[in-house]
Amino acid sequence: MALPKYTEPHYRIWHYVYIFICACVFFFLIAPLFVIFPLSFNAEEFLSFSEGMKNLDPDAFSLRWYKDMIYGTKNPWGLAAKNSFIIAIFATLGSVLLGTVAALGLSSRHMPYKGLVMATLISPMIVPLIISGVAIFFFMAKAGLAATHTGIVLAHIILGTPFVVITVTATLSGFDHSVTRAASSLGSDPVNTFMKITLPLILPGVISGGLFAFVTSFDEVVVVLFLAGLENTTIPIQMWTGLREQLSPTILAVATCLIILSTLILVTAELLRRRSERLRGINR
Amino acid sequence: MSRETKQILTTDGVPLEVSLKKAERKNKIKAFLLVAPLLLFLLITYIFPIGDMLMRSVDDKMVTEMLPKTFKSMEKWDGNEMPPEEVFESFYLDFQMLVEEKRDGRLSTQLNYTKNGFKSILKKLRRKAKNFEEGNYKEQIMAVHKRWADVEYWRAIKRRAPAYTSSKYLKGMDMYKNEEGKIVNVEEDRRIHRILWLRTLEIAFFVTLLCFLMAYPIAHLLATLPMKYSNLLMICVLLPFWTSLLVRTASWMILLQQQGVVNDFFVMIGLVADDNRPEMMYNKTGTYVAMTQILLPFMVLPLYSVMKTISPSLMRAGKSLGGTPFVTFWKVYFPLTIPGIGAGCLLVFILAIGYYITPALVGGASGTLISNQIAFHMKSTLDWSFASAMGLMLLAGVLAIYWIYNKLVGIDNIKLG
Repeated sequence: MALPKYTEPHYRIWHYVYIFICACVFFFLIAPLFVIFPLSFNAEEFLSFSEGMKNLDPDAFSLRWYKDMIYGTKNPWGLAAKNSFIIAIFATLGSVLLGTVAALGLSSRHMPYKGLVMATLISPMIVPLIISGVAIFFFMAKAGLAATHTGIVLAHIILGTPFVVITVTATLSGFDHSVTRAASSLGSDPVNTFMKITLPLILPGVISGGLFAFVTSFDEVVVVLFLAGLENTTIPIQMWTGLREQLSPTILAVATCLIILSTLILVTAELLRRRSERLRGINR
Repeated sequence: MSRETKQILTTDGVPLEVSLKKAERKNKIKAFLLVAPLLLFLLITYIFPIGDMLMRSVDDKMVTEMLPKTFKSMEKWDGNEMPPEEVFESFYLDFQMLVEEKRDGRLSTQLNYTKNGFKSILKKLRRKAKNFEEGNYKEQIMAVHKRWADVEYWRAIKRRAPAYTSSKYLKGMDMYKNEEGKIVNVEEDRRIHRILWLRTLEIAFFVTLLCFLMAYPIAHLLATLPMKYSNLLMICVLLPFWTSLLVRTASWMILLQQQGVVNDFFVMIGLVADDNRPEMMYNKTGTYVAMTQILLPFMVLPLYSVMKTISPSLMRAGKSLGGTPFVTFWKVYFPLTIPGIGAGCLLVFILAIGYYITPALVGGASGTLISNQIAFHMKSTLDWSFASAMGLMLLAGVLAIYWIYNKLVGIDNIKLG
């Protein structure tokens, strides 16, 4: 952001003020995440920097909280991680399946009542989570699915589909329908056309919708708090209980792992977005 | 009609118009069938349960069903004087039935919602009723406790007769129906819900404002910087966006606690004394700071995607026509970003108004919102009908905001990331 030579001094000052403001905001956004890293290696049982850590004394750092996370006695994290992954994977599959098929119908120009249907399909994203939580809980309680994995998976499918619907409809908006017509004129049946032609082309959108659905399920705590029993504990529930009751540095070790996971997801999502834009011919 | 329209026929002799309509209908059905599974799934598991919330919130059949004889005999009672013997007798019979089925506890909870003081006198009645003699129940019940001889308590029971009630909604606004059936405010010192509604609005408003003020400059920077720098800076926005909400809340709990990093820093630069560290968590400050940081990406992304489409030559044109940078910005650039501002503000405001997790963890007593109250009634008091009523009031508010937004800006103008 070099300024032209002729810039007047007060604009020059304003420009640096502006850069400074931006730097502060970026710091505010990202810095809190980085507090967790060093503190998760704390040798002591406090959630603040000890004197030793401030002086970079190697004895002040340790891996004890990571060990506690993995091997700790009566530790809930193993079960929670297992549950979280199982629930998130099934919820993602469900959301992707239902969402992609619905998006195909929605982006057809023959779809009747498009506005109303779209509003209904993305409503779980618009309605505040706490209300969704109450409503879904009432349904699951009546259906006898409260405190079961199935119930939580269904709940997460509800919350995850809007993301898939939105990303896939967006991908389909740049989709050239003449290729599917070409396929049918060459004698391909609709299912074959979808698998061989449409799906590969919209795949980036499907996957990034799936990523959204996965993260939604993996992070979701409000609805799970209503639905889960002791057996269905998930990572977010354990973190929630931990943060409310006994704040131990083990949580920070878990948080560090989660940040690494979200970094991986971020990278994947970004790569997919770029690939999708390239495929759709959008050059930025 | 002078001009004769010649019907065009398809090869099999069907008029083209009919054939086209048929194909169109087939396409419509095909498109609808694709959407149907998800639509059906959501209707059953999500939309109908929201309707169920509505039923629950006005449903008052519980008491109606528990005291059927009593309400039947109360129909003739005008409520001015003590009810006649008949009411007492049927109440006694209903109550004995409930005690047998061990449902009297629920009745006392329900009646206590209507008027305080029912719990103890029902307990006493249960103990004494075992030794009641047949006949003259009026005197026997009235002898159990002096409140049973108070006509107010009988009126309170009568108020629970209808199967539907608006009382939960009134309670959510700190109002109630008094003895004469008028809607009045509860006493000044017990108006907790109004405070919560106002606080929710206030926090959502200021969080939105703060997010806007912080997001605008960085979205502008991201949109105008060359790609290689902006991609790097975009990570600062996207990483928090993809990181678990609880992780981000946890990091604020570490930062804001009394021995935390922020307080350490303030002590180090001499802003506050070491023995006088300010409370920055478990109050409104904590809620504001944490919610602003957590919701900031939701403001940056729509703003960025709109700003990205604004051609830099517009600003140059404005300047070449004699506008100072500030005037050009205000007259040319700013109006073009309004769809992004609208989308960002709507998104952040609606997310903030229903926020639950962060306020519950860092908000303490003075920083919690209406959602926390809903969760409290769902999980602790188990007054589900009240939780439903409050949830629907919140939902109505959210839908109203969408409606207003649609009128002002147009929902189609929204651009998301």
